[in-house]
Amino acid sequence: MHVDSGDTAWLLVSTAMVMLMVPGVGLFYAGMVRRKNAVSMLSLSFVALAVVSLQWVLLGYTLSFSSDVLGFVGDLSWLGLRGVSGDSGSIPSLLFVAFQLTFAAVTLAILSSGVAERVKLSSFMVFGLLWTTLVYDPLAHWVWGGGWLAKLGALDFAGGTVVHISSGFSALALAFVVGKRLGYEEHSITPHNIPMTMLGTALLWFGWFGFNAGSALSAGESAANALLVTNTAAASGAIAWLIASWLHDKPSALGMVSGAIAGLVAITPAAGYVDSISAMAIGGLAGALCYGAMLFRVRMRWDESLDAWAVHGIGGVWGALATGIFAMESVGGYSGLLYGNTDQFVAQVIATASAILYAFAVTLVLAKAVDMAMGLRVAQEEEYVGLDISQHGERAYA
Amino acid sequence: MKMVVAVIRPERVEHVLDSLERHAFVALTLTEVKGRGEQKGIQLQFRGRTVEVDMLEKVKLEVVVEDDEVEKAMEAITSAARTGKIGDGRIFVVPVEKSVRIRTGEVRQ
Repeated sequence: MHVDSGDTAWLLVSTAMVMLMVPGVGLFYAGMVRRKNAVSMLSLSFVALAVVSLQWVLLGYTLSFSSDVLGFVGDLSWLGLRGVSGDSGSIPSLLFVAFQLTFAAVTLAILSSGVAERVKLSSFMVFGLLWTTLVYDPLAHWVWGGGWLAKLGALDFAGGTVVHISSGFSALALAFVVGKRLGYEEHSITPHNIPMTMLGTALLWFGWFGFNAGSALSAGESAANALLVTNTAAASGAIAWLIASWLHDKPSALGMVSGAIAGLVAITPAAGYVDSISAMAIGGLAGALCYGAMLFRVRMRWDESLDAWAVHGIGGVWGALATGIFAMESVGGYSGLLYGNTDQFVAQVIATASAILYAFAVTLVLAKAVDMAMGLRVAQEEEYVGLDISQHGERAYA
Repeated sequence: MKMVVAVIRPERVEHVLDSLERHAFVALTLTEVKGRGEQKGIQLQFRGRTVEVDMLEKVKLEVVVEDDEVEKAMEAITSAARTGKIGDGRIFVVPVEKSVRIRTGEVRQ
């Protein structure tokens, strides 16, 4: 196929939009921590972008997308991007490399929230490098790079399994290894800047159009459908969580934006396969389910600090299953359970379960290894003073 | 009357406010402040260099009580503010000559 300038222009824009989601994640989470950790939280996202940008060029892309080895991982034929040139469909191959790079970066940024307010910057960088190489890259290969889940027929339009299930369940594993924050449940640890979190969400919602509609890899009908269903699901997620928090207490702004993210997460794997009415159901149920998952997490006394597990993990699970339920032949060429296709649903269940198990187990082992080698967590006094001063020697607010 | 001034850890504030309320000390003033004790803040070692965190964030509470309630107020604060570690803070008791309720002009000596 020949490079198409319209498709290329849209993917260039989409790549830039998804890049902006990474600091968007940083602002989203930075507002939720205490003021003494705001610089740290934002920095973890930026460091994720920087670390993954280098890893992806050197190693990540070839592990994810080059010739299949046993259905598990790509070979090393494109190490350092040598030999990558020409077209990938109707866009330049190097643009596909860049677009996919931003997905890997945003995934690691989400994961950083599990260890908010207590992780050592150096250890997170080492962990992040290993995690992207050993968890993200193989999963991307399974689903998108011609690996075993792709052969099985599992659908993941823009990364429900690869990005959200993997980051959500890995965040939980990482939080278990690093332990609860000092004073967790002894005194309240409240968000210090809700407007910052809402600004982060706005950037995410905006960037998600590039994330999902860009995943069509062309500027056409599929991209248009993905963009519209993405917006619809975000809106229903926001309203669903808002109502849930209203029934509980007050219509929380933080709840509304968390619900929007839940809706965005859930529609991600389905964005190319469902219509707007299905997106309303998927997003709305995501808002309610993720709210329930958050309450469950609190009841279990897990300090998975900023709810990456509840929102991305559970939202991702629901989205992957929903893809197998609501997929419509007239939209993306596949039908789900609602239209009598049990096989698609079964494929989604297998993909979901294997991604959960793989991401959780490997992260647990990796986190333990990094913890034993260099310590994942800062000293108690450093945690008390805050990571902005202890890790960066800087303050968010003078 | 006495003013009980307590400089405490920010993260213990809710516990101290609850404790004071349980002992019927409701009216008070709260200020976010920075300060240091005899240990001069905290020294952190980070990547081979020393980071001095000299002025730590604290919260100052001011409660005015009758003379015979000073001990009770101090106990209410201490029991809720104490963690046993350096940096738990300090309580000062100072005399109050007079207080005026602005709304009514009522004066207490």
